[in-house]
Parts: sequence; structure tokens; C-alpha cells
Amino acid sequence: MDFSFTPEQEQLRREARDYLADRYRVERVAELADSAEGWDPASWPELAELGWLGVTVAEERGGAGLGFVEQAILLEELGRALYPGPYLSTVALALPALGPDEQAAVAAGGARWSAEVDGLVPDLALVEQVVTDGGAAPAEGETLDTTDTTRRLGRLAPGPRTPLPGALDRARAGAALAAEAVGVARRALELAVEHATAREQFGRPIGVYQAISHPLATSYAETELARSLAYCAAWSVDDDPDGAPLAAAAAKAFAAEAAVAACERAIQVHGGIGFTWEHPLHRYYKRAQWIEAFGGFPSVQRAEVAAALLG
Amino acid sequence: MNLRDTPDEARFRAEVRAWLGANIPAGLRGREDVGLARAWSRKLHDAGYAGLTWPKEYGGAGAPLSHYAIFLEEAAVAEAPSHLGVIGLGMAGPTIVAHGTEEQKRRYLRRILSAEEIWCQGFSEPGAGSDLAGVRTRADRRGDAYVVNGQKVWSSFAHIADRCLLLARSDPGSERHAGLTYLLVDMHSPGIEVRPLRQLTGTAEFNEIFFTDVEVPAENRLDEEGRGWTVAMTTLLHERGTLGFALAGRLEVEVRRLLALARERRIDDPRLLDRIAREWIELQALKLTNYRSLARLMETGVPGPEGSVSKLWWSEQNQRLTKLALELFGPEAQVADDSWRHAQLRSRGNTIEAGTSEILRNIVAERVLGLPRSR
Repeated sequence: MDFSFTPEQEQLRREARDYLADRYRVERVAELADSAEGWDPASWPELAELGWLGVTVAEERGGAGLGFVEQAILLEELGRALYPGPYLSTVALALPALGPDEQAAVAAGGARWSAEVDGLVPDLALVEQVVTDGGAAPAEGETLDTTDTTRRLGRLAPGPRTPLPGALDRARAGAALAAEAVGVARRALELAVEHATAREQFGRPIGVYQAISHPLATSYAETELARSLAYCAAWSVDDDPDGAPLAAAAAKAFAAEAAVAACERAIQVHGGIGFTWEHPLHRYYKRAQWIEAFGGFPSVQRAEVAAALLG
Repeated sequence: MNLRDTPDEARFRAEVRAWLGANIPAGLRGREDVGLARAWSRKLHDAGYAGLTWPKEYGGAGAPLSHYAIFLEEAAVAEAPSHLGVIGLGMAGPTIVAHGTEEQKRRYLRRILSAEEIWCQGFSEPGAGSDLAGVRTRADRRGDAYVVNGQKVWSSFAHIADRCLLLARSDPGSERHAGLTYLLVDMHSPGIEVRPLRQLTGTAEFNEIFFTDVEVPAENRLDEEGRGWTVAMTTLLHERGTLGFALAGRLEVEVRRLLALARERRIDDPRLLDRIAREWIELQALKLTNYRSLARLMETGVPGPEGSVSKLWWSEQNQRLTKLALELFGPEAQVADDSWRHAQLRSRGNTIEAGTSEILRNIVAERVLGLPRSR
């Protein structure tokens, strides 16, 4: 039993955090989120060069041949930075459905994919092809007005489907969303702590008041529990495939709620400024809400858990 | 990262499971029968399962912390009763290991493991609860002894205890954290009176202890005179440090009982199923978070303040879980299985004992998140 990260995994996290802090300052994310395209296409070759697109792709196909825990570390950090681009869509949703050549193309940065879940396709306008229950579809259709503009949802136009060797792996998707939610929750908590330390009212930093600090302690507890569930689910994807669906359902349900709650507490702690468009908090909040809804709200995953336990 | 047992851990787990299966005495529920519980504790000791992580020279097994976590998990699943020396094992022992003289270690540690000596804790007072530095019980030095006068409260096991961890004021002119001394008191000394406190469940687990001119030999002092606060912080760190594993074990038992109850009563209301699933998910989260703390603890040897999260979460979850269990009985909740009714009422103490939720949130806010101090 060893629930800790290896020095290499810690190193990967540090590198990811440094790169994202440098390239995706929150002002830039806001700019991209409000732009027509919703992302910076020049970021894709960079991610390929960093090796992030082929983390779980076999080495002989140009990937890094690492596990889903490493994938989850990157997803957590990308979530923390609110990276706008079809990363989760490509590597977490679509990749397992693809054949070896398509996987090699993804790792090289030459193919962007998404997947259709409950009739919705994340990043439809940013990808070339879409994994559906009936096979691969060209990414043609309508992009919908989406609350989280950093990850817009679309609907596919009807058309022919090409058979695919695999299908969407819901456990992998759930584990990925949970990891991302942990990153969002952690960032919202950090922003709230920074504000509660700097902002003064009644002559003292507001963090001294327990009406402020105690909800943030709750956010910390929930975020840490969510992190435990998320990395257990990520580990299960490779090492305990039979246990992965239940672990992923548990992780996605808890982490999504934790992220939404952490953002809501952060907005409250910020007071009026937290309610403005100018402040970045709403971006994190909308991503947390996106994660919560995608693939079904937490009550859907809990129904799966209850069925597994009592069915 | 590997969430499976290593071969060594798997071997130990199988051994513990077999031993518990063969040895748990029938009809021993909780620790209401002190005679039976003492015998059970002795049996645990003889089998080498008491003080698993303690040094071998003092009667422990010198095993890694992961063995202790495995033992607690298996004990929970088997619904094994606890070792009677909860305070001795969790608080007195680690504190004596950290601050005691060689003679004190030899004198006390082995008898904690064998349950020959049961310990209680004399920290809280009527005027010093969450604000422990307000301790007013006096320990006046007279020759080779301290003379203790005062009152302690909320002491579990005091009615059966042989020894007490006492925090008292040795410098009468001192205030707050200074001038406190930590004594190991013989509970059979003249001048000690223990009165049980009946709690809202109707049962009495806690006691008040009254000290009137109680003589405590100076050799029973732990660490230097006036260093009592530092020693007491060691005790509390350990109380909250490894407690998480024991609490997750207890919660595992409760969640299993909850699932059994749901099956028995054929619960199909989706609103209730949703809440049942939530309890199971949060139990997994708590267990996994303990594994993460364990990995860190095995690396550093000292529990960190993030251990406060386990106790905080467990206490609030146990309150939700036991209320949900009663709700599964529907209108019959008031006349339901007494073990659930008792568990629900008892759970209200969980957010008060061993650090209130308010104090634990302060610890997280100040020492983990780095927010400015509230006082």
C-alpha cells in the first residue's frame, strides 16, 4: 500500500504548473474565453512537444507510455489553470476508442478528437473528428451557447459513421473529470485564501473572522478528500479495471460537488468583487459547473454506486 | 503509487483476519464489560497486536505503520472490540516514548499494552475546554512530591483507570501556557474522587475527577517542570494523528451496518439511496485520505496538521450517517433497534470530543491554509 507520488510524478506536476503559470495567466484565459475561437490553436503543437498529448500512448507510437496517474496529474494542473482547448476531449474521452495509427497521430499533435456523451460534444468546433456510439463522425454540427465558454458544447449533424476499434471509456472519463475538478477546487480555494489574507475590514484581515476561515477549512477538507478519490480512480483505470467504474463514479460525484462548493465559498468570501465579470472566479465556477453536469450530475453517479452496492 | 497490499502486507492481513476469526469472544459488544474487555485486550497483547508500531524493547512489535492500519481495517470488518487501553495506546504511550525517561518507559509502556494498567486523561476542566491554557488545577511542589488540587472533566475511562495524564499548574503565579507541568498520576492515590457524568444518551462514558491534596511523587513528572504545555501538545498531536485510521475503521462498520439495514428494509426510495451512496463514497474518501497521510507519516514520522481533516470529517459524517439510519426505519425510528438510536445520540459528542469541529477548523485555517490567527 503506497498512496504517494513518485519523484518523477512530482517533477511532472511541477513542470506542468510552471509552464501553465507562464503561458496561461488568468488574464489570458479570460481573453481566450471571450474570443470567438475560444482557444489558441498555437498551443496544440506546444502540448505535443511537451509530450502531454501522448502521455498514455505507447512509446512505439510516439507517446510517453506512462499511466493514467500521470495523465490525471496533468489534467489536475490543466484544470487548475483553466486551459482552454480540446485536451480532455482528445486524451481522456476519445483516445481509448482509437486505433494505433490514430493514437500516434494524437501524440504527434496531428489530430484532435472529441466524443459524444448524452448527445453533447465538448469542443466540437476545435476538433476534426468525434467518437460516437456508432463510430467516428466528422466534427460537423452546431456549437451551442455554453455557460463555460472555455469548453463549449456542440451537437453533431447527422451523417455517416466510420467504425472504430474502441469506444468511450466512462471510467476513464470520470477519473479525468474528477482530477480536473480537484485542480479547479484547489485554485478557487487558493484565491479565497489570498483574498482573505489581504482584504481588511473593521481594521483586520477578514481571514481572522471564523465566518470566513471556517468555510475555507471545509473547502480544504473536501478538496483533499476529492483528491484522494480522484487519484484512486486514476490508479484504477490501469491497475484495477474491474474496480474502475465504481471508483470513477465515486470520484466524479464527490469532486464535482467539492469544486462547485469551493467556488461558491470563494465567491462569497470575495464579496462584491467576486460577483463581477472582471474577477476570474466566475471562470472557475463555470468550469466546475460544466464538470458537474457533463455525463450526468452527481446524483446520477450516486445512483450507479447505490445500484452496485445494493442492486 | 500502488493501492494494493505488498506481499508482506497481504501476508500480515491474512494472518490478522484468521486470528480475529478464531479469537473474537462471543457476546463482547463495546467495552461495557470491563472484565471481558480486559481479557480481550490481554489476548491482543499476547498475540502481538497491541502496540504494533511500538519499539520491541518496550513490548511492541516494531512493525511499520501500514501494519497498524491493516490491523484496524481488519478489526473493523470483523467487528472486533477495541483494546481497553484506548488512551494508553493512543496518547499516554506515544507521549511517554517522546518525553519519558528510560525508567518511565520501562515502568509504564509494557503495562499499557497488556491492559494491566488503564489510563485516562486529565486535561479539560470546567473553566478550560477548547482554551486548554486556562488550566487551573494546581500541582504545588513540596519536597519530593507535588500536591495536586483541582477538578478535571470529560475523562473517559477514569472510573476504571489506574493512571492519569494530568496537566496542572505548578507555578501559582503563572498564566496561560507557561508554568504548567505534566504528571503521571496513580488513580488509586488517596484524595482522588471520580464521579461519572451521565450523557444525553443515558449512559456514562465520561467522568469528573476531583483531586484533594493528592500527593504525586516528583519522579512521576514527565519532562521538566514548566514544560507541561509542550508535552500536552505531543499528546494531542498523537491523539489526532493516528486516530484517523481507528475512526475510518469504526465508520466502515457503520456503513456496512447501514447497507445491511437498507437491504433488510428493502429501501428503494431514490432519495434515500442517494444518501446511502453518499455515505459509502465519503467512507472511501476518508480511508484513501488516511492512506495518503500514512504515506507521509511513514516518510516523516510525525503526524501533520492535515490529520485534523480526518477527525473533522469523520465526526460530521458519523452524525449524518446515524441520522440517515434512523430515517430508514421511517415512523418507527423512535422505537427502532436501540443500537442505532444510541449511535445517533452518541454521535452528537463526536464534534465536541478530542477537539471541537470549531477548534479543528481553526487548526486547518491557520496551520494548513496559513490564514491569519483568529485570536
